[in-house]
Amino acid sequence: MSWLSETVAWLTNGANWSGPDGAAALLGEHVRVSAISLLVAAVLVVPLGLWLGHVGRGGTVALNVGNVGRAVPTFAVLVLLALAPPPFGLSQLSIITALVLFAIPPVLTNTYVGVREVDRAAVDAARGMGMSGWQVLRSVELPLAAPLVVQGLRLAGVQVIATATIAALAGGGGLGRLITEGFNRQDQAQLVSGAVLVAALALLVEGLFELLQRAVRPPSARA
Amino acid sequence: MVGNALLALGGAHGVTGHAVTLADGCLVRNEWVCGEYLSSRKTEIWDALVQHTVITVVSVLLGIAVAVPVALVARRWRWLEQFVLGASTVIYTVPSLALFSLLLPFTGLSATTVVVGLVLYSLTILVRAIVAGLAGVPAPVVEAARGMGYGERRLLWQVRAPLALPTVMAGVRVAAVSTVALTTVGAVVGYGGLGDLIYEGLRTLFKPQVLTASVLCVALALAVDLLLLAAQRAATPWRRGRPA
Repeated sequence: MSWLSETVAWLTNGANWSGPDGAAALLGEHVRVSAISLLVAAVLVVPLGLWLGHVGRGGTVALNVGNVGRAVPTFAVLVLLALAPPPFGLSQLSIITALVLFAIPPVLTNTYVGVREVDRAAVDAARGMGMSGWQVLRSVELPLAAPLVVQGLRLAGVQVIATATIAALAGGGGLGRLITEGFNRQDQAQLVSGAVLVAALALLVEGLFELLQRAVRPPSARA
Repeated sequence: MVGNALLALGGAHGVTGHAVTLADGCLVRNEWVCGEYLSSRKTEIWDALVQHTVITVVSVLLGIAVAVPVALVARRWRWLEQFVLGASTVIYTVPSLALFSLLLPFTGLSATTVVVGLVLYSLTILVRAIVAGLAGVPAPVVEAARGMGYGERRLLWQVRAPLALPTVMAGVRVAAVSTVALTTVGAVVGYGGLGDLIYEGLRTLFKPQVLTASVLCVALALAVDLLLLAAQRAATPWRRGRPA
């Protein structure tokens, strides 16, 4: 179990955290890249999912994009972009693009399903009250679908954080760098520290989204 | 252009008398789409594809073999179920890159490293699917079977399992497709199947290799998905006529 004490020693050593290649800088880069990717994916796909769910169309696409998305290895997308001409190439844009594509399927599927699962009676009642389609979406469907939408973001968020480590294989930064460096240098403490930091970050984000999911649960469901 | 002129002057042996291997074509120009690459590296591509498929199949089968007893035990005790689900969530947050690298000292530079990692990841999906599938079996059906005198074991295999099958198979499909994609990361320990080609292609900037391996990877994943979907339809004839 010496690797455990070595890892703790590595993590508590201030020198490992400082500097442009230190754990702090890499952690910051990792968080930034993951956050941007998730945000872009959300902006692109949550409105689309909400609309498709509202009009009840494009279900096959929304549900199957998950299957197809899972079939495309993010590593391959990343390498393809890394070899592409600028502005891609070995850049943050390549990493973010690959992660955005990776995050889209779970967000789209969950958003769409979230809206479809809304109690039809509530929607009918709203329509009966004279609400326009837009009002129904905003005042009835969105609040009721919110928990599932957040769950999709949560799933995507955790997976993006774990997958962003692959960026290090294509010359990128982030916490994956600790893992690859540790691997190349046979420094197990560094390797495990990198993995621990990624896992801790992912669990933290999971926890935050869990709280968010509880917060957006509609009052009726809390009873 | 000069090369062409030299060839025209002296035939295949050019002006200098040496054999002029005028290299031109999509391979030399490093184009993304290149038939020449496919024909000249057939064995390499095939070997990578086979390795990829074998690793995936072994990992998923082992995953199922481990997930079934774990799920059955987890259903027995509530606290164990919570623990198993929690543990699987934690495993899923460990990046594959790290997991493969970590297993290396224990399992060596072999396919075992990749398989163990993939099995652990697929467990998270499979255990959940099996538990959910069994939980979804309607209570009246179980009661009716009990009333007919079915013992626990017979109940499990002849009543619960078939009814849980659609949910379980959906989970197996997700696990299988994810495994195909995740196998590529095994390239860090040299056993990534098509991922090895992709990784090497990056280091040598060899574009046709990267595109071919990527396309094959996606094709393999989709083929596995369709195969399992067909297997699911075949195994649940009573659900024909209903959406999958």
